Amino acid sequence: MPKLIKDAQVISNNWHLVEADTGIDEVLSLNADKLLIPVNLWLEHKAQLKETGAEFGLWFDSSQSPDLLDEDANNFPLIALNYPSFRDGRAYSYAAILRQQAKYEGDLCAIGEILRDQLSYMLSCGFSSFLVPDDADEALLLSGFHDFSENYQSTVLKPVPLFRRR
Amino acid sequence: MYIYDDYDHKMLEERIIQFRDQTQRFLAGLITPEQFLPLRLQNGLYIQRLAPMLRVAVPYGLLSSTQLRKLASISRDYDKGYAHLSTRQNVQFNWPKLEQLPDLLEELAEVSMHAIQTSGNCIRNTTTDQFAGSSPNEIEDSRPWCEIIRQWSTFHPEFAYLPRKFKIAVCGTEVDQAATQVHDIGLYILKNDKGELGFKVLVGGGLGRTPHIGQVICDFLPWRHLLTYLDAIMRIYNMEGRRDNKFKARIKILVKELGIDLFREKVEAQWLFGKDGEATLTEAEVARCKSYFTSPAYEELSDEDEVISTALKSDLLFQHWYERNVAQHKVSGYRILTLCMKETGVAPGDITDRQMEFVADLADRYSFSELRVTHEQNLTLADVRLKDLYEIYKACKTESLATPYLGLLNDIICCPGGDFCSLANAKSIPIAEAIQRRFDDFDRLQEIGDISLNISGCMNACGHHHVGNIGILGVDKKGEEFYQITLGGDAGREAKIGKVLGPSFAQEKIPDVIEQVIQIYLSERQDQEKFIDTYQRLGIEPFKEKVYAKAD
Repeated sequence: MPKLIKDAQVISNNWHLVEADTGIDEVLSLNADKLLIPVNLWLEHKAQLKETGAEFGLWFDSSQSPDLLDEDANNFPLIALNYPSFRDGRAYSYAAILRQQAKYEGDLCAIGEILRDQLSYMLSCGFSSFLVPDDADEALLLSGFHDFSENYQSTVLKPVPLFRRR
Repeated sequence: MYIYDDYDHKMLEERIIQFRDQTQRFLAGLITPEQFLPLRLQNGLYIQRLAPMLRVAVPYGLLSSTQLRKLASISRDYDKGYAHLSTRQNVQFNWPKLEQLPDLLEELAEVSMHAIQTSGNCIRNTTTDQFAGSSPNEIEDSRPWCEIIRQWSTFHPEFAYLPRKFKIAVCGTEVDQAATQVHDIGLYILKNDKGELGFKVLVGGGLGRTPHIGQVICDFLPWRHLLTYLDAIMRIYNMEGRRDNKFKARIKILVKELGIDLFREKVEAQWLFGKDGEATLTEAEVARCKSYFTSPAYEELSDEDEVISTALKSDLLFQHWYERNVAQHKVSGYRILTLCMKETGVAPGDITDRQMEFVADLADRYSFSELRVTHEQNLTLADVRLKDLYEIYKACKTESLATPYLGLLNDIICCPGGDFCSLANAKSIPIAEAIQRRFDDFDRLQEIGDISLNISGCMNACGHHHVGNIGILGVDKKGEEFYQITLGGDAGREAKIGKVLGPSFAQEKIPDVIEQVIQIYLSERQDQEKFIDTYQRLGIEPFKEKVYAKAD
């Protein structure tokens, strides 16, 4: 089971990640009480899914803007943004938009190809957790949050830019 | 110039520790080459044809003499005793070793230098006019604004994995020497009717495979909103720029596909969220940045000097050099001097360790210890006393730095090309040399007058061939190196992309072709017309007829 990193430690992961292109019937037959499902599945089968009584988190692929969601993001305790490749940087902006514009206050999780050397940027953009493979080097990843003690810009994590503080 | 405070120093130290660790993990096999690629690129490290190449950032081209001396010693200790001035006003080393790189970066940090974001799909070094702060036709000194942008763009967490590289230029002078309109974002500083300072913002310019002139997205952006507006443009580009095709990933393609009006709408909608927020610039911050770029202690001097007037009459070579390489200054008795780094037989923009130390001494002695790298790959001393110029000239002559070519046909902009670069389709340095050898007579060059000739070894257009009055592009034709000629490009306020003359030529034909193009110009020009004016009046046809009639 993939590991979840939150608040700079590895915590137990209770979320079942439903892969892209999973059919609704399969999802309905899953015996899990916390399901992280593709956003399009939610948009298409919202009513059916709600009936299951399970808790849902949504994940967006990098081609899916958070604007797709037609309701308050805060209805979901977990929103995940996928990095299909570590080179695809769209989710940095999506994360910032979810926090700054949609005022999302839940857990914002990075999934997909996440490298140690990107964690501090992700954190700055508003991600609060990171789903990584179960064989990932924990110590190495956890060291990735402390590369920089300061940044120049206004970020989600530190909205007041350095120039207003120096 | 900007002086690092504790915050800047600390961030730079942390970056070096980070990169040392990344390099060690890479060498230990803990990071794949693919994963290491963006990490090393964002630290300026390319893997070239023969060895790694390190591109050192020179923010908006400004260097202190101390920094230049450090570059000289690095070129001796880590390289082969020379460096290269790039068209982004940066400095490149061609032969450093990967294992030694963290040490090299530490040495750079001793003089507040680094290689951060000089490559990779991120916001690159912001460039500007090399005469900033000294030019008589200046609206506003662009350097403080470049520094504000430098800080905003450095380690911007949201924009480190853009679809493609991103270049910003700022111009605060009436004559645009920064090629502002062919940048992803071009900023013209201006004042509105009420005397308020702001920016005309252009977006979607760029060279490369599909060259475009930037389009106006905002006619007047009040200065306070600079960073929030840039954030909004970057965010739209980061989310919507194409990532499926490297050749269509620059912002110019997005702007073209959406159209400037729709792109503007998206940016403005996005901007509403950041506008007037925390990232809004403050008077205090602008004043802080401006405080680093105050005028040096100019003396009160006459704008005429007897020694110089006499020397101009008696020493013809000095006269040539003076006429070409010396420009007017905003202060009486001062001049802006540009050293043309285009000695025939030396790759354009290359500079030896000894020359770097010599120029550093010149800067100390004559120009308040500062100098600028120009995007034309030359070096500018921006605050030189008129009365010192003869002395400077004589000193420069002993170091092969008194070439009187500035702005002439031999002042060629040229990328490193196939001799060094692994992206290149063809060599560019030998082409530059062949042209320089053909046009080696100063009187003839002077007769031809102001002209720009730019050479790129491939479509990436590092040599800015599209905006050269004459452009030369290296192409691969069934494994052989050929060269395509464009005419009519212009990098100034009236920026234009050159038109292709016709089918490409073999390497040895190029000097003849340039010769023919020049002949048409000389025979057709009216009065004091420059090459570009004659071209614009005549169009490409007469040139085409002449060149291809003979070629057949």
